[in-house]
Amino acid sequence: MITMEHVCKSYRIAKRNAGFREACRSLFHRETEEIQALKDVSFTIRDGEMVGYIGPNGAGKSSTIKILSGILTPDSGTVLVDGRVPHRDRIAHVKEIGVVFGQRSQLWWDVPVIDSFELLKDIYTIPDNIYKKNLEELTELLNLGELLRSPTRQLSLGQRMRCEIAASLLHSPRILFLDEPTIGLDAVSKLAVREFIRRQNQLHKTTVILTTHDMQDIEALASRIILIGKGHILMDGTLEDIRRGGENIDETVAELYRSYDIAN
Amino acid sequence: MKKYLSFFRLRFVLGLQYRVAALAGIATQFAWGFMEIMIFTAFYRADADAFPMSLSATSSYIWLQQAFLALFAAWMMDNEIFDSIINGGIAYELCRPIDIYNMWFCRNAANRLARAVLRCMPILLVAAFLPEPYGLAAPASAGHFLLFLVTLVLGFAMTVSFCMLIYVMTFFTISPQGLRILFTSALEFLTGGVIPLPFFPDNVRQVMELLPFAAMQNVALRIYSGSMSGSEMLKAVTLQLFWLTAVTAAGKMLCRMAVRRVVVQGG
Repeated sequence: MITMEHVCKSYRIAKRNAGFREACRSLFHRETEEIQALKDVSFTIRDGEMVGYIGPNGAGKSSTIKILSGILTPDSGTVLVDGRVPHRDRIAHVKEIGVVFGQRSQLWWDVPVIDSFELLKDIYTIPDNIYKKNLEELTELLNLGELLRSPTRQLSLGQRMRCEIAASLLHSPRILFLDEPTIGLDAVSKLAVREFIRRQNQLHKTTVILTTHDMQDIEALASRIILIGKGHILMDGTLEDIRRGGENIDETVAELYRSYDIAN
Repeated sequence: MKKYLSFFRLRFVLGLQYRVAALAGIATQFAWGFMEIMIFTAFYRADADAFPMSLSATSSYIWLQQAFLALFAAWMMDNEIFDSIINGGIAYELCRPIDIYNMWFCRNAANRLARAVLRCMPILLVAAFLPEPYGLAAPASAGHFLLFLVTLVLGFAMTVSFCMLIYVMTFFTISPQGLRILFTSALEFLTGGVIPLPFFPDNVRQVMELLPFAAMQNVALRIYSGSMSGSEMLKAVTLQLFWLTAVTAAGKMLCRMAVRRVVVQGG
């Protein structure tokens, strides 16, 4: 169970000029500008739900994910994930969640993927039998096989993303945060990833929250959609709520962004 | 604890694979060592009595310094840590049930140790066979050697701990450049990296020996050749322990503050 109530988050954007003198000066004094990333965001997500979290670039999607995964501290409001406050009980919290940031890599660049997995096993103190079972299952479902023995840097994006997803599920998390998991993937990889996420949700009742710009991801995966724009929750409903009739989903969403005046 | 050990192991093994870098390093350190010894020999010829350490002790100091360069050189910092702070890779590290400070400490120690292990043996071996007083002399006594090992470890931990301060401060400045230039040049000088601390004028040296920088390579390298008296050694080790505790505590505190106000930007 995930609840966010009246959460606000603002960033101070640091501004400074280049150079050594400026860098030293910035230790003592920083020029900043404040922007509001989240304004009074509230929602509840029950166990086992699959939620698509959409909105234009810069709407506050990633900020929400980062707050829920305990990386960022909100300015105000309450966040509870299975009874824990993510940023306060960070270490206890992250044991129970899996996170994939589509634009970053969690695998160690220079070593074979399996070495990264083994390290994650130790980091999460996963018992041998569970690690083995999960690894076997993930290897089969995501078709990892030989990939595990290659260094991360030599994998293609699609291969790497499959390994990233496997890496975030080794410790059987109850909640999975996916931040643009299909970004840059080809059609085949996208389908494989979607299929896998759906299976994971059905089989293990993993709560899945995904942000994406790919509306087909949403169509294929999310039973519930939360739309955020300029830091506000604008809509919380099902796919049918935003789609009237059989129009193309991208157009529907673009229309929706325009109607809320959040398109940039 | 096991997680930190496996982290250490992975980084250590990773560090061992850079053989060409190690060879190049060894060559550089030999050239550097010979050059320094030549310069000092010229000075000693002018007036050997004017120096606080014998030429043989100075040579030992230089060779040990070259052999264990990777343990103590402040400028050998881990660029991956800076990168992860700058480009936000830190986001993933914060998603792990692991203490950031401890993890980075392990990783740094492992990197440095792996480099030192690859490089120290050839240098120590060759230096040991160089003719007196240009080579690495035997330690002053077995006791001195033991204390050398202990203070070597303490000084190594101290160096890593100090570098941790620099990494953590990068959270606040975003750009590591200013901090790096400032600290690495200051450290080179103040740790006894350029010339051993006894070569400084007395009143300056007395202050320098109290600073955290003197708790790095200075102690071990001087104890080896017996150029510290008993009470000096006791004082030096006490200072090492004090600074190691203080700097690590400060680093941990700063790290906690940094993590609380961290902003992972973009994407």
